[in-house]
Amino acid sequence: MRVPILRLGRVLLTSLPADLTDQQVMDLQIDALALIQSGKADGLVIDITAADVVDSYMARILSETAKMVKIMGGVAVLAGMQPAVALTLVEMGRDMIDMETAFDLEGGVAKVVRLVASRGGRHDEVPTT
Amino acid sequence: MIPEPDVVSVRVTTEIDVAEARQEARKLALRHGFGTVRAHGLATAVSELAMNLVLHSARGGLIRLTVQDAPEAAVIELVSEDDGPGIPDLGLAMEDGYSTRGGLGCGLPGTRRLVDAFAITSCVGAGTRIVCLVRRP
Repeated sequence: MRVPILRLGRVLLTSLPADLTDQQVMDLQIDALALIQSGKADGLVIDITAADVVDSYMARILSETAKMVKIMGGVAVLAGMQPAVALTLVEMGRDMIDMETAFDLEGGVAKVVRLVASRGGRHDEVPTT
Repeated sequence: MIPEPDVVSVRVTTEIDVAEARQEARKLALRHGFGTVRAHGLATAVSELAMNLVLHSARGGLIRLTVQDAPEAAVIELVSEDDGPGIPDLGLAMEDGYSTRGGLGCGLPGTRRLVDAFAITSCVGAGTRIVCLVRRP
């Protein structure tokens, strides 16, 4: 089953399940990038409230997805990290999560909107003088 | 009379098994009075080792958790065993940033930092065995 992606205005929302498979990750990345490319969205909020554990594999997937979105010209924000997850990630060492983060979904959406606005929005929306 | 140790075994071949293994690990730790952060650390260590079984061993492997519990202290032994390809250079595999599969390269060194004791033995062509200990308090 594909991980559903919802669209709220120009922001994409997705919530990762606890047992994410390789195929689901690839589908999610393709779906999100296609939506951003189509001009329907500027960014993506990935909610990990349901993810019971973020191991190095999951951390790689998250950081990779954020990088892909960034290369496309969008913004990706990670939201809903549990305190125990943050503690464990720091204990494991290195920069496990290399992306923007927010406390919760609401904060994540606000951050995407703010980051996109601070860059002057999408290029195709910049008014020509 | 010495109480029987609490044992949980999960055979891991797919990512679904990885999720089951880490959920079992967390439940086991909480059941024996480990704190939520400690239980989460153990679940993450299990997740790392189980994922390695899926990624590197064609036939997967076995995750086994054994608890010795006494009122004043408890210890969980986590064993990961496979008959996969083995690791040619253990020193390199335990180094931060080394990965043969495009990962972050912090699975094994990260796991070592999450547990109280860590031992790894590997034989090329025969398999790998990792033993970790997590203590309470």
